[in-house]
Amino acid sequence: MSNKDDSNLFSGYHGLALNILQKFDAHVGDRVKIETDSKALEGILIPRAELTTTHDHVVIKLKNGYNLGVHVSKIKSISVIERGRMLRPELPEIPVSYREDAPEVSIVSTGGTIASRVDYQSGAVYPALDARDLYNVVPELGDYAKLKTRFLFNIFSENITPSHWTKLAAEIAKDIQDGVDGIVVTHGTDTMGYSSAALSFALQNLPVPVVFVGSQRSSDRPSSDAAMNLLSAVITAANAPFAHVVVVMHGTEDDKFCYCHPGTKVRKNHTSKRDAFRTINDYPIAKVENGRIIMLKKDFVPRDKKRELVLKPKFDNRVAFVKAYPGIPPEIIDLFVDKKYHGIVLEGTGLGHAPEYLNDALKRAIEEGIPVVMTSQCIWGRINMYVYRTGRQLLNLGVIPGEDMLPETAYVKLMWVLAQTRDMKEIRSMMLTNFAGEITPQTRSKEFLG
Amino acid sequence: MAKSLDYEKLGLRVGLEIHQQLDTKSKLFCNCPTVLREDEPDITFVRRLRPTQSELGEIDPAARFEFEKKKLFVYQSYNDTVCLVEHDEEPPHLLDKESLEIALTVALLMNATPVDEVHVMRKIVIDGSNTSGFQRTSIIALGGYITLPDSGKKIGIQTLCLEEDAARKISEDEKTITYRLDRLGIPLIEIATAPDIHTPEEARVVALRIGQLLRSTKRVKRGLGTIRQDINISIKDGAIIEVKGIQKLDLIDKIVENEVKRQVRLLELRDELKKRGLNESMFKSDFVDITDALKDCKSSIIKNTIKHGGVILALKLPKFNGLLGFELQPNYRFGTELAEHVKFWSGLKGLFHTDELPKYGITETDVLKIRELTNASDEDAVVIVAGPKDKCTIALEKVLERAKQALHGVPEETRGGSPDGITHYLRPRPGAARMYPETDVPPTPVTDEMLDNIRKNLPELPEEKYKRFREVYKLNEKLANAMIRSLYIDIFEDLVNKYPSVSPTTIATTFENTLISLRRESIPIENLDDNHFDELFGSLASGKISKEAIPEVLAYLAKNPEKHVDDAIKELKLESITPEELDKIIDAIIAKNKSLIEQRKEKAYGPLMGMVMKQVRGRIDGKIVGERLKEKIKQLIQS
Repeated sequence: MSNKDDSNLFSGYHGLALNILQKFDAHVGDRVKIETDSKALEGILIPRAELTTTHDHVVIKLKNGYNLGVHVSKIKSISVIERGRMLRPELPEIPVSYREDAPEVSIVSTGGTIASRVDYQSGAVYPALDARDLYNVVPELGDYAKLKTRFLFNIFSENITPSHWTKLAAEIAKDIQDGVDGIVVTHGTDTMGYSSAALSFALQNLPVPVVFVGSQRSSDRPSSDAAMNLLSAVITAANAPFAHVVVVMHGTEDDKFCYCHPGTKVRKNHTSKRDAFRTINDYPIAKVENGRIIMLKKDFVPRDKKRELVLKPKFDNRVAFVKAYPGIPPEIIDLFVDKKYHGIVLEGTGLGHAPEYLNDALKRAIEEGIPVVMTSQCIWGRINMYVYRTGRQLLNLGVIPGEDMLPETAYVKLMWVLAQTRDMKEIRSMMLTNFAGEITPQTRSKEFLG
Repeated sequence: MAKSLDYEKLGLRVGLEIHQQLDTKSKLFCNCPTVLREDEPDITFVRRLRPTQSELGEIDPAARFEFEKKKLFVYQSYNDTVCLVEHDEEPPHLLDKESLEIALTVALLMNATPVDEVHVMRKIVIDGSNTSGFQRTSIIALGGYITLPDSGKKIGIQTLCLEEDAARKISEDEKTITYRLDRLGIPLIEIATAPDIHTPEEARVVALRIGQLLRSTKRVKRGLGTIRQDINISIKDGAIIEVKGIQKLDLIDKIVENEVKRQVRLLELRDELKKRGLNESMFKSDFVDITDALKDCKSSIIKNTIKHGGVILALKLPKFNGLLGFELQPNYRFGTELAEHVKFWSGLKGLFHTDELPKYGITETDVLKIRELTNASDEDAVVIVAGPKDKCTIALEKVLERAKQALHGVPEETRGGSPDGITHYLRPRPGAARMYPETDVPPTPVTDEMLDNIRKNLPELPEEKYKRFREVYKLNEKLANAMIRSLYIDIFEDLVNKYPSVSPTTIATTFENTLISLRRESIPIENLDDNHFDELFGSLASGKISKEAIPEVLAYLAKNPEKHVDDAIKELKLESITPEELDKIIDAIIAKNKSLIEQRKEKAYGPLMGMVMKQVRGRIDGKIVGERLKEKIKQLIQS
C-alpha cells in the first residue's frame, strides 16, 4: 500500500478532515473506530464525495449500511481496527450466453455509464466495462447480438469536442470495415444530438446503422432507463432494416418503447425526463417495442453491407454559434471576425431575424469571407427571411437561410462543410443541400411538439 | 396449546421499529404537499424495475424474488400535487429542512445523539413501491433511550432515521401492481428500539410511549396509516422474525404472543422430527405427476385443473405424517405455513395434504392411490398441488425447502400480521447490504446552532403535561390521564387559556366524557370542529348557556354542523335564566301544587323538582334549582 499515492488513501478528503485522517493513519476502506465526546462509532471509512464543498467531516459507513459524517472538531481519536481494500471487486463468473448465429454489434463507449454495478460496501459505482459485464447486467442482450466492446473515451458529454467526433468516426469506420452488422455508441445525453448530427455527416454512404444511446436516470438504480435503451439500441443495430445514424431513447415516460430518432433532427428537450429526446421538424424513423422494430417512415436508406462507406471525419472548430437576443452587443460578432473565425451560425428569433443594429457587423463578417448561417431559436418550424424587412436585409447581406435545420445541426454542419471548402459559393450550396436528412422539403403540422 | 407462556424462560426479546409520518408543508425531497387523494388520478404510467447486482454478483434474496415475479408497475399520479421527483423523472431536491428539524426534536426528546452530518442513502426496494427502485433514508441520531412512565424502565433507542414514505398500493393482479404516488415522499421518522422488551404487554406500552412522545411535537400526522410498527421478535433457539406494518396499537401484544407461540411450536416440531429419525438426506425432490390417477376425482379444483390442461403434482414429505396438522398459532397449522409459501412463490391458491384428507371431494381411495404413487408409508405425509406445470413445480420446490427448514427450527423471514393477531409469511428476509449513497443529494450538516435552537424549543413531555394539568388545571387523576392521551389535547389547552372563567375540569369532561356518551348515542360527533367548541365554551363563559346545556348543544351542533350555538339556544330554548326568573317559576309551580306540599311536607321536593327541572333544564345550574326549591318548600311548611 505504501507506494500508492495519498489521493487514493484519502480519496476526496481535503483540509482539516485530511489532516486528522493522516494524523491517525486511517485510510479510506479501513474499518475504524471513531471516538468523540459523546459517542464511539465503528464503521468503514468512506471516500468523501467529490462534489461536497466542505472539508470538515469524516464519513463512515455503519454496520447497518448507513453513512454519516463526524465533524473533525468532535473527534478525539480514530483507531484502525482492520485495514481495508478499496479495489474493484472481481465479477463473478456468470456464464455468458448468446445466440451463435446472432448479428455482430460493436459497442463503442464515449463516457457515462450505460450499465454499471454498485458496490454496496463502499457505495462505489463500477461501470460495466466489457461485453461480459454487459451480458451480466443486461442478460437479454445475448438473445439479439454478439457484442464486442471498446472504451474510446471516458468523458462527460458536455466535454466532447469536434476532435472527439473525428476520432469516433474513424473508430466506427474501422468496425464497418471489419464487417459488423451495426454499431452502438453509448454517449452522455447532454450533447448526444450534436454528436449524432456530426456522425451523420462524417459517415456518408453508410452500409449499416449507427445507433447513439444514453440514459437519463443513472444505470446504478433499479429504475434506470439505461437497460431498456441499451437493449433497444442493440436490437436496432443488429436488426433494423435501415442504415442511418439514429438516437435511440425512451419514447414516453413509460418503460414501453424506444424511438429511433434521425441523427440530424433530434434534440434533448427536457433536463431530466426519460423521453427528453424528440425528433424536431420530422418523425422518428422507427420504434422498438417488445424486442421488435416497427418502422414509422417508409423513405429510408436500406441496410446493405456491400455499400462502400465514405468517411469525411473532419470538422473545422473555428465556427461560432451565437444566439440573437434583445440587446445583443454587435461586439460579439466583431470579436469572432477579429479572431479570424471561419464561420458563424446565428440562432435568430422567429422566422430568422436579428436586431438591425447587428447588420454592419454581419456585413463585415461576410465581406471578410466568413459565412453566416441563420437558424431559429423557435426550435420548431422553418426559416423564412422574405416576410419581414429585417430578414430581407440579412439575405441581401449574404446570410444563408438554414431552412428547417436545427440550430445545433446547422452549427455542426457548417464545421463539417468548412473542413472541406472555404469557398463562399460552395459553402452556401452545401449548406442548402440535404446530406443526411438535416433539411426536409415539407414542414408538417403534426411534427410540432410531437 | 392454551398454556400460558413463561416469557422470561423463553428468552423473549422484542424490538420495535416505529414509522411515523410527519405533518410537514412539503415532501422530503420535493415541494409537493403531503396530502393523500381519493379522487380520480389524472396521470398513469408504467415501469419495470431491474435489480442491481451487489459486489458478490449475488442479487439480494428479497430483490431477486421481486424480479422473479417480473411484475409491471402501474403508477397513478396527479398533475397538481405530484411532480416529476415522485415520477423518478427529476433528481431529488435538497433534504426538507422542516422534516430534519422535527426529526432532531424527536431525537433530543429520546436522549439520542444527533449525527454531525446527515447522509442520504438509497435502500434498494424493488417491489415497485418506490419509482426509483430504492427508498431514500438517512440516519439522524443514534443511541438514545425512553423511560416508561409507570415502571421507570429504560428502553434503548438504537437509531432514528428520516426517510421517504413509499407509494400506496392500490391493487395487484398476476401481471401488474398499481401504486398511487400521493404518499411517495411524505417524510417518515423511523425509530428503532433495542431488543429490550421482554413481554408482549411491554411491547404495547413502549409503542404507546413512543407514539405519545412523537405526538407531543404536534408536527406528526394523525389517523390510521400515519403510524406503522414493525416488530422484531425472537426467543432462545428461535430466529429474529420481523412482523411488518402493524397499524393498530391494540394488536401488538397479540402479535407478539402468537409469534412466540409459533416459534415455540416450531421448536417442538423440530424435536419431534428428530425423534422420528428424519434427516435432510431423506428428502427427495421427486415431484410425481398424479394427474392420470386423479382424472375421475370429484374435487372441483382438481377437475377444473385437468379441464384447463393443468397437472396434479405430489411430493412425499418423509416422516411428516400428522405433522402438517400441527398447530403453530390458533387455527394456523404447519400446513397453513406451507400453503402460504406456495401462494407466495407460485401464485397457486394453496395445497392439499394427507393430514387433512379425505376431504374436499378427494376420497379415501384417491388418498391410497396418491400414497402408492408417491411411495409414501404411514409415517410419511404427501403434499398435492394442482395447476399449470411450471407453477406446480415452483410450489413443490418451495414446500420441500420449507419442510427441510423444519428440521432446524425457525427460519428467518419477514412476516405480516392479520387483524386477528396471527402472523403470516410475507417474504424472505432481506439481505443486509442493500444501501448505497444517494449521490444526487449533498450531505446536510447538523450544526450546534441548529441543535441549540431546537433544544430551547423542546415540547413538553407527556408526564410534565400531566403534572401541570393536575397542579395548575386541578384535573383529577383520571381526567388528567385521559387528557394527555386525548386527540383534543391542543384545543383543550387553547380553550382553558381563552376562557379562564370556565373550569378546566368542565372543558376536559366535555372532551373525555360527554363526547364519548354522545358517540354511544350515535350522534355524529365527527362533525364537530374547533370552532364549535370555541363557541360552546365562549357561550358558557358569558353565561349564555349553563353547564347542563353542553350535551344538548353539542348534539345539536353535531347534527347541524353549519349552525351556531345561538341557533341551538333558540331552537332548544336554552337561554339562561337568572335566579330571580327561577324564583318566579318555582313560585308558580308551588302555587299550583299547594295540596301536594300539605300532604307530603318535605317529601314533596322530589316530584316538584321534576316539574321545575322540566322547565329550566339546561338553563341554570341544577344545584341552584335544588337549593331554591328546598328553601321555598321550607318557608311554606313553616308558615
